Amino acid sequence: MAKHATPKLDQLESGPWPSFVSDIKQEAESRTKNPKGLDYQIPVDCPSDLLGVLELSYTDGETHWKHGGIVGVFGYGGGVIGRYCDQPEMFPGVAHFHTVRINQPAAKYYSTDFLRQICDMWDLRGSGLTNMHGSTGDIVLLGTQTAQLEEIFHEITHKMNTDLGGSGSNLRTPESCLGSSRCEYACYDAQDLCYNLTMEFQDELHRPAFPYKFKFKFDACPNGCVAAIARSDFAVIGTWKDDIRIDQAAVKAYVGGEFKPNAGAHAGRDWGKFDIVEEVVKRCPTKCMTWTGSELRINNKECTRCMHCINTMPRACRIGNERGASILLGAKAPVLDGAQMGSLLVPFIEVSEPYDEIKDLIGKIWDWWMEEGKNRERIGETMKRLSFQKLLEVTGIEAMPQHVCEPRHNPYMFFKEEEVPGGWNRDIAAYRKRHLR
Amino acid sequence: MASITYKGHEFEVDEDGFLLRFDDWNPDWMEYVKDSEGITDITPDHQKILDFLQDYYRKNGIAPMVRILSKNTGFKLKEVYELFPSGPGKGACKMSGLPKPTGCV
Ligand code: HEM
Ligand code: HEM
Ligand code: SF4
Ligand code: SF4
Repeated sequence: MAKHATPKLDQLESGPWPSFVSDIKQEAESRTKNPKGLDYQIPVDCPSDLLGVLELSYTDGETHWKHGGIVGVFGYGGGVIGRYCDQPEMFPGVAHFHTVRINQPAAKYYSTDFLRQICDMWDLRGSGLTNMHGSTGDIVLLGTQTAQLEEIFHEITHKMNTDLGGSGSNLRTPESCLGSSRCEYACYDAQDLCYNLTMEFQDELHRPAFPYKFKFKFDACPNGCVAAIARSDFAVIGTWKDDIRIDQAAVKAYVGGEFKPNAGAHAGRDWGKFDIVEEVVKRCPTKCMTWTGSELRINNKECTRCMHCINTMPRACRIGNERGASILLGAKAPVLDGAQMGSLLVPFIEVSEPYDEIKDLIGKIWDWWMEEGKNRERIGETMKRLSFQKLLEVTGIEAMPQHVCEPRHNPYMFFKEEEVPGGWNRDIAAYRKRHLR
Repeated sequence: MASITYKGHEFEVDEDGFLLRFDDWNPDWMEYVKDSEGITDITPDHQKILDFLQDYYRKNGIAPMVRILSKNTGFKLKEVYELFPSGPGKGACKMSGLPKPTGCV
């Protein structure tokens, strides 16, 4: 018998998609039965009370969590999101319901052994509920009490060799696409760079020292499987600078129908026979491809490496061999001054261990933003306020046409005084000698 | 909200142990809080940070940014954490009676 009646939530148990309600009920039941005889460190009925408070919110159309919450572990300024229910008497099991962010392995490959250890710890010291994973990447342990935080931290660090993720005005938990682990488009080892920079900047991740949050994300090609361009202040996106490698025999196999276009991604509908001209050549954004009837040609000088031809004929077109990445800066959600995606800062950078060039660039950006950024101003907003030009100056990057989508159309141009013969110090009396009032 | 009595003073606090009103602060508050913040003795270095936070808050109505705290007190962030293990927000701001940090913490 459930602790609270949940008529509205019960409706979400029907339908084909995995129901979060059924799953939470299952956990609630398991805790009641307690088959392993655990000495639960937070209320047994925590998941039941969570369903209760959620049902109340469904009825009221309002959240029932109090504002904010500041809890954590000694030594760190972030990692835990404190939360308290605003009806603690009705739902004592979630009076405290803090969330713990755990730093996940890059691209989220796990062994069952590791996950089992996390679950055993969380069954004992938490609600038994999780989010796999938070949007930033962390393993999210959903719901525990303040007294358990140091216990959890002790167990994950001492027994699982695992650390907390980031929260607050600091470097948040970085994440990457699965990169070269199982993708033939990967232009660099995104997981390795992600791991390396996460370790390099542990201090910046655990102890907030920035004007606001800052995120890294790593896509190993422009397909953007981790959406670095939209969800990270500092996006590293893989690319190449030589020619696309074409296997003409494989191209013919696509034309002949032996290979399915887009690796069969559109097999759910009849789109007719593969037409290389309609589906590839004419779709190329720069129109730099030609199909002679027997041969596919690419004018690589005009190719913007959009990935379309490679995505459509992965067995025939492959990324080049001179690989690296582009770096884009400033993506953010709308608050305060409007949404932004990353703007191209470095068109091409070598990506190889120990990644000194990238680290050096990050250092320069942080030095500038930590000094000039206003309280709660994302780097994208600092760029808007102080200008892209300033960003180029502090990073020592020379302006180039690739930095803009199009040149400015207004003439409000600033010149540096030293660029202008005579400078700004002018004598009005000298002027008046030539121009009477 | 909970109320705490310590050395004859009454302090109203929230769940996280932050003072509800800055004006309720007095030196006994720091004595009371320090244990839960992992501090054995309040040294002159602690006091320097606590004083700066209070001065800044009185003048500006907000807590200073971390780098302003560092610049003015001369303590690097690392040293601030050595003094206040839970950091400038949860540790030092709480002890100095400033309102609870908010935002996407
Ligand atoms: C000999 C007198 C003037 C000359 C030669 C002159 C010339 C110009 C020029 C070349 C522009 C830029 C147009 C463009 O490219 O968009 C302009 C803009 C403007 N002028 Fe004048 N102007 C004169 C007097 C005035 C006066 C007396 C006023 C107002 C009392 C005025 C108000 C404006 C305004 C408001 C704009 C901005 C329009 C916009 O940005 O869309 N101008 N003027
Ligand atoms: C309630 C009064 C006013 C309002 C709401 C108003 C609003 C605006 C707005 C929205 C713009 C366009 C800004 C942009 O998109 O860059 C503008 C431009 C401008 N306004 Fe006004 N304005 C007002 C009064 C005035 C007055 C009294 C003057 C001059 C005597 C004036 C002179 C100008 C000029 C010169 C521009 C062009 C500036 C530029 O092109 O950068 N405005 N105004
Ligand atoms: S971003 Fe590119 S390299 Fe990374 S997984 Fe996606 S397609 Fe592959
Ligand atoms: S990658 Fe894009 S731009 Fe380059 S040839 Fe292929 S379709 Fe054209």
